[in-house]
Amino acid sequence: MSGVHLPPAGGPPGAPEADPPPGTPAELALEPQAEDERGTSLWRGAWRRLRRDPAAIVGAVIVGAFVLVAVLAPLIAPYAPAGAQWAGQVTPSSVPGPSDDHLLGLDSFGSDLLTQLVYGARQSLVIGVVSTVIGLGAGTVLGLLAGAFGGWVDVAVMRVVDIMLSIPSLLLAVSIAAVVGPSATALMIAIGAAQVPIFARLLRGSMLGQRGSDYVLAASSLGLRRRRVVMSHMLPNSLSPVIVQGTLTLATAIIEVAALSYLGLGDPNPTVAEWGRMLVRAQDRLATDPHLAILPGVCIAVTALGFTLFGEALRESLDPTFRR
Amino acid sequence: MSAREAAGTASTRPAEGTDDDVLLRVRGLQVHFPIKKGLLLDRTVGHVRAVDGVDLDLRRGQTYGLVGESGCGKSTLGRAVLRLEEPTAGSVELDGQDVLALGRGELRSLRRRMQMVFQDPMSSLDPRQSVESILTEPLRAHGVPGGPAAWRERVLELLEVVGLPASAAARYPHEFSGGQRQRIGIARAVALSPDLVVADEPVSALDVSVQAQVVNLLEELQDRLGLTYLVIAHDLAVVRHISDVVGVMYLGVVVEQAPSDELYANPLHPYTLSLMSAIPVPDPAVEDSRERILLTGDLPSPANPPSGCRFHTRCPFRQATRCHDEVPLPRELAPDHVVACHWAEEVRDGRVRASSASHDPTAVVADERA
Amino acid sequence: MPDRRPPSAVPSARPGGGAVPAPEGEALLEVRDLGVEFVRRGAEPVRAVDGVSLSVRPGEVRGLVGESGSGKSVTSLAVMGLLPRRSSRVTGSVRLAGTELLGMAPKRLAALRGDQMAMVFQDPMSSLNPVVPIGTQVTEVLRTHTDVDRAAARDEAEDLLRRVGIPDPRRRLRDYPHQLSGGMRQRALIAIALACKPRLLIADEPTTALDVTIQAQVLELLRQLVGETGTAMLLITHDLGVVAGLCDDVTVMYSGRVVEEASRRELFGRPAHRYTEGLLASVPRMDAPRGEPLRPIPGTPRDLLPWSRACAFAPRCAHADRACADPDLALRELQGLPAGHLARCAHPALPESAAPVTAGVGA
Repeated sequence: MSGVHLPPAGGPPGAPEADPPPGTPAELALEPQAEDERGTSLWRGAWRRLRRDPAAIVGAVIVGAFVLVAVLAPLIAPYAPAGAQWAGQVTPSSVPGPSDDHLLGLDSFGSDLLTQLVYGARQSLVIGVVSTVIGLGAGTVLGLLAGAFGGWVDVAVMRVVDIMLSIPSLLLAVSIAAVVGPSATALMIAIGAAQVPIFARLLRGSMLGQRGSDYVLAASSLGLRRRRVVMSHMLPNSLSPVIVQGTLTLATAIIEVAALSYLGLGDPNPTVAEWGRMLVRAQDRLATDPHLAILPGVCIAVTALGFTLFGEALRESLDPTFRR
Repeated sequence: MSAREAAGTASTRPAEGTDDDVLLRVRGLQVHFPIKKGLLLDRTVGHVRAVDGVDLDLRRGQTYGLVGESGCGKSTLGRAVLRLEEPTAGSVELDGQDVLALGRGELRSLRRRMQMVFQDPMSSLDPRQSVESILTEPLRAHGVPGGPAAWRERVLELLEVVGLPASAAARYPHEFSGGQRQRIGIARAVALSPDLVVADEPVSALDVSVQAQVVNLLEELQDRLGLTYLVIAHDLAVVRHISDVVGVMYLGVVVEQAPSDELYANPLHPYTLSLMSAIPVPDPAVEDSRERILLTGDLPSPANPPSGCRFHTRCPFRQATRCHDEVPLPRELAPDHVVACHWAEEVRDGRVRASSASHDPTAVVADERA
Repeated sequence: MPDRRPPSAVPSARPGGGAVPAPEGEALLEVRDLGVEFVRRGAEPVRAVDGVSLSVRPGEVRGLVGESGSGKSVTSLAVMGLLPRRSSRVTGSVRLAGTELLGMAPKRLAALRGDQMAMVFQDPMSSLNPVVPIGTQVTEVLRTHTDVDRAAARDEAEDLLRRVGIPDPRRRLRDYPHQLSGGMRQRALIAIALACKPRLLIADEPTTALDVTIQAQVLELLRQLVGETGTAMLLITHDLGVVAGLCDDVTVMYSGRVVEEASRRELFGRPAHRYTEGLLASVPRMDAPRGEPLRPIPGTPRDLLPWSRACAFAPRCAHADRACADPDLALRELQGLPAGHLARCAHPALPESAAPVTAGVGA
């Protein structure tokens, strides 16, 4: 190698530091790197791994189907969700089973079961997503405050979060319902509020971990504003666990919606279909018509499973130890 | 080769500049970290005296090497100089400007003149940023004129300067090897054309065969961009190679400072002597014949440094008087060669010899060998 | 401390062949043609170690040198039988005093580990159990492999700690790892490794995490122990200085294969493989004149060719040409170099008088 100024690694442009030294025949050269011109960011890498994960695919299919059904409910459901149109056909001892008019039969109030299930998906999705957004949003703000400022702000915020954590979510839901009356809004606030501490703690812990890291120090040594250090370095690097938790929380939120409706804390409007309430109604006829309970039960379980599968796969694909 | 040689002589020239040439002046710098106890109400129960009174002059265009073992405070000193760590006392002047007196905004704009290269290039680069975005960030933060188009030009120029292909711009840190990542870290540090670069263990995380590349790159950038370096490292061979002046730190203080060649030819402080005798040399002949001064025991806690000379608990040359109760002041024994040891002349002239049995209770190894 | 081990090992039949250096003394550890492949579901198997042969005699220190990815640590783990069985395939032969270790029943192998062969790792903090006192960790090994009672084991543990230079050993026995300094922890780890007077000690970067003055202490300790007890030691390191000071023979690895093998003085005096040569030239030295730029090896250890196609070092080598594309490039003796100095190189750096064995095709 002649007396080059730059370290030879810098040689002619090409694959970084992979250039064969002069005098090396072509067959000795490394294969050109297969990667495309665009680099692989961590998000892209995660997406690539996610696409290859069977669990992620199953989860995504379930979640996709659920969302599709919820959004397209008016097109899919055979009837309007008015409810109890066929109350006359229901007797105290039995409900009509599947027929040509009603693919899954009627429920105990005389509504079309399929219609109820389809609109139930809509209700679950709305309440689940809204409550998770509430929890995620408030939790992220609190966690960000605690993690970015530290010191007494951290202490104060985390005490508040600890107090929230010590109130059982059920109690919270009952109290909120008592104040504003049972409604979908109360349900969403109650479920969302119960999730705030989870997100706040998660983000704070993650941010505190980033605070001491070299690249944060490097960013301040470059003279970046503190706000920018927090928002464009610490926060994006702390978000992965929060995103994963958000997906997993959707599953619990859907189960909680059902549970709270089951306890009568849901939307008081009887015409709004809801899987939890369908379970309540099926209770009396469990012995004679178990499918009335089983079908919404399966819907709840499968949907929750879909979100959980997807969330777990997401966690694995975002895990830094999987990098490269 | 000729360019290199010319540059080499330029950078190794002895300290001929006047005092006006001093870029960085540090006086009596102290960094103490409080040790806190208690859950709700923090009580300060003591201080870790990480840096405890350091004076240092760094001339423009030169390299000051700071060596010492882990826990001696050398990294803290480097960060305190850049005010990434708030000093407890003392003064830091960059080009006559008092760094410690600056407000937040002023400090931020001063940062374009002083930059840092980190030890671990993986952890000091944000894994979610592409190289282009990493290198653009300082330009944007300091409002370098020209906007995105000019910044992109500059990024390509920087990549070329540190020996990376232009295609590296679109890639992410995890796609590079350690040496290449360190090149990115260096490119980021020089992006704003700073005067002073503090390099904290710039090669110790790299493979042996790659270290020399990065050392050469740092030297070449110094010539090309007129940089002044404060290099912090534990590897004396690397420090000797790269530095014009070397300071040896022990437990928060600089115990010896001299021009590089002078220090390695005539080490005076017992700690420097033992440090140099402890470094393995890749040459069996040297290894077999050299005289080794084995230090006993470990570094004392910087929260409770020994009285008198801080090194006296481990010093093989320790004397019955002065060492344990009188703090040795830095004395200039040769031109620019400053030592903080009461007995430096006696050690140099062989009138005081190393004893294998020191007074330290951990002297078992030495006892057994004696 | 008396050595309770029989003076000479059971002689092992050694297949004739190039890779074994100097003939005096029987090798205690004999590794032949060791190969390690890591298999992952849905991925091509990765060959981490390929055809590695080396031997260590009692009282001798063999240095195993290489950079990240050279396979040096994998080799040591394969010798100890510590690679995960599920995801790795080990081929070849590893004999300890004539006994084949590969394919040995896990129980028998576990009985050998700690007793006949022991290992010291790089990071003493993570290889000591943080919630168990040092004393218990030492006596545990003693009581697993010998039938000493609790009191005797305690006395012996105290003695061990004293021998490795831990002051006030009786008190230290009750200490937890976090109460010791880094150097003391490494000493404790060495004490544990030496508890049963193993015949083979494998030290994987034993001083890399330590400061130079502490490193000097630990190296001195290892040097003493090998000298006194006749333990055979395999020292794995990337630090050429450590090798120069401590090892008798040196094996240099690159990308999973041995590229050079020689006695210490030979290797540092006349490095033959271009990688070894480049490595020695690129390290700044305390005793060399200052002011000259270093001569680095270009590229990174990641720029590799698969050995099945050519010399893996060729992409970084200034002397590479067509002859380096020989997939059967063998580790061989070279003219002009003494027997036992082997290199796997088509264009070795040789003393001026000696001609290369192979006629170079020329670039």
